[in-house]
Amino acid sequence: MSPKTLYDKIWDAHVAHEAEDGTCLLYIDRHLVHEVTSPQAFEGLRMAGRQVRRPDQTIAVPDHNVPTTAGREDPANMTEDSAIQVAALDKNAKDFGIHYYPVSDVRQGIVHIVGPEQGWTLPGMTVVCGDSHTATHGAFGALAHGIGTSEVEHVLATQTLIQKKSKNMKVEITGKLRPGVTAKDITLSVIGATGTAGGTGYVIEYCGEAIRDLSMEGRMTVCNMAIEGGARAGLIAPDEKTFEYCTGRPHAPKGAQWEAALAWWKTLYSDDDAHWDQVITLKGEDIAPVVTWGTSPEDVLPITAKVPASSDFEGGKVGAAQRSLEYMDLTPGTPLSDIEIDTVFIGSCTNGRIEDLRAAAEILKGKKKKDGLRAMVVPGSGLVRAQAEEEGLADIFKEAGFEWRLAGCSMCLAMNPDQLAPGERCAATSNRNFEGRQGRGGRTHLMSPAMAAAAAITGKLTDVREMM
Amino acid sequence: MDKFTTLSGIAAPLPLVNIDTDMIIPKQFLKTIKRSGLGVNLFDEMRYDDDRAEIADFVLNQPQYREAQILVAGDNFGCGSSREHAPWAIKDFGITCVIAPSFADIFYNNCFKNGILPIALPQEQVDVLMKDAEKGSNARIEVDLAAQTITSSDGDVFSFEVDSFKKHCLMNGLDDIGLTMEKAASIDTFEASAAQARPWV
Repeated sequence: MSPKTLYDKIWDAHVAHEAEDGTCLLYIDRHLVHEVTSPQAFEGLRMAGRQVRRPDQTIAVPDHNVPTTAGREDPANMTEDSAIQVAALDKNAKDFGIHYYPVSDVRQGIVHIVGPEQGWTLPGMTVVCGDSHTATHGAFGALAHGIGTSEVEHVLATQTLIQKKSKNMKVEITGKLRPGVTAKDITLSVIGATGTAGGTGYVIEYCGEAIRDLSMEGRMTVCNMAIEGGARAGLIAPDEKTFEYCTGRPHAPKGAQWEAALAWWKTLYSDDDAHWDQVITLKGEDIAPVVTWGTSPEDVLPITAKVPASSDFEGGKVGAAQRSLEYMDLTPGTPLSDIEIDTVFIGSCTNGRIEDLRAAAEILKGKKKKDGLRAMVVPGSGLVRAQAEEEGLADIFKEAGFEWRLAGCSMCLAMNPDQLAPGERCAATSNRNFEGRQGRGGRTHLMSPAMAAAAAITGKLTDVREMM
Repeated sequence: MDKFTTLSGIAAPLPLVNIDTDMIIPKQFLKTIKRSGLGVNLFDEMRYDDDRAEIADFVLNQPQYREAQILVAGDNFGCGSSREHAPWAIKDFGITCVIAPSFADIFYNNCFKNGILPIALPQEQVDVLMKDAEKGSNARIEVDLAAQTITSSDGDVFSFEVDSFKKHCLMNGLDDIGLTMEKAASIDTFEASAAQARPWV
């Protein structure tokens, strides 16, 4: 048999039909659903008189729209249009008999945090969701990608997706990371190196010592932003850490089934002589704590650098950089660590897991946020929140002057009440710094949870290594 | 789905790279449970000021581009989220063809589900069409999906690549789900064998 990549192996195990031109029906093991990209899909099913083919493999949770403040179970505490979307998800979940975690359920949270937490996401699976950050689940060695609403409807009706195979890209991070450097710095640095279109047409497999050394939570952070590099999906081969994470999760297999699953999962790695269409290698020791300065995730620099000038770029990036600098209100040559912020947001599917909160709390312990600064922590799920309270992290955040919120997407995309005002500047642990992403006119600097915590203390972008 | 076969229309130039889905349709307009009516909010934050007045120099607000049916843009068009509201808004405005050097994967796929033809061309060809588009309503660009060609107002002809299955669906306005349902037997067979091979799923 010819050598295969991990992607090849998962792909081959899920092709339900292949046409002569290579167009495939890829069978989908798990379909995650949220309130924003699904109403039109369910409506389409109703209009065509179709059912959900595998309600037992379809999992819904409201996350994008929901407020992160108390009393949100009452629709009166949501804007009318948000309440309508959440009510539509309630109804669709009930009518079509799919798994559902409403806001009143402690297991509710961001769909990409709930899936792994509940054991829905397992190695070797195909996972889709009408959300681009579905790439997150690739950390388990699951082929996971975002789809549009028409495709959501297609998966609901047929449990398959029409796909052609992508190319294989290997991104290797060799050696060890230096102190203060995290999974977020890896994933941002990779995008900085490849550009936001560098991964277009590819599925990326992240590998190398620095990736193996990451926890499952760090690996989820890395894969989460594969989409920001343009890739259809990001993957990390499962190993003992993966298996340990999955053990005992509510929807993970048990007993003999676990043993059978484990035997297959252990075959899920790229063969030594597998073919790669592209290989990118970064040295772990070369990666620094980074922040973004512009309005594209590729606008990334070490915190020790200075704001670039548009003349530092070529081609279409010259105009884009000029536009970014104006939007971000930054002057070329300014040290990044001189940039003052108004807001700190810790949360999102990128960095809303327990380890992220631990990393931020570690920096904030016994300290206060800068006066006048607005700072919030939004745990990625109700269970993350409960665990953080049990570990005393919530107290550290509250004593530091942070708001301690309920689970949801929150200020990552500002579809709910958590938003930046025009001109406000935010140190954010989320994934996109696009114009208007966190609110019209809002300015976003992406970074790791520890870096965001450091920024909260000083009120400006800060090298976390100075606080360690 | 609406068919796409040929198009002769005005092209609007938007020479920016990395036009993301938040630019195409900001998040506040995703709170709809319908697919229609989003055209008025296409490029909302670039198109309207804080008081909802039109920003005169934005391309789609200029008289010659209000009826544009083609958009010519920079590299990596449609990057960002999976929101199908982006192609819905583009279509609802009246644009059914987007030309750029490259597209983000999910956006590109979403276009074909909505009767929109995204065309990736080499940068130098996009540059020619961008200049053509800048001529305004006097310059009509012609797109022929069957022949896979674009003809500029000056008569330059460029051919483009498109996946044969996607082309077939777009030219005939076919519903993907209906097509897949015809292969239900293959799905049934796969499902049964997968249940044996991976019973834990």
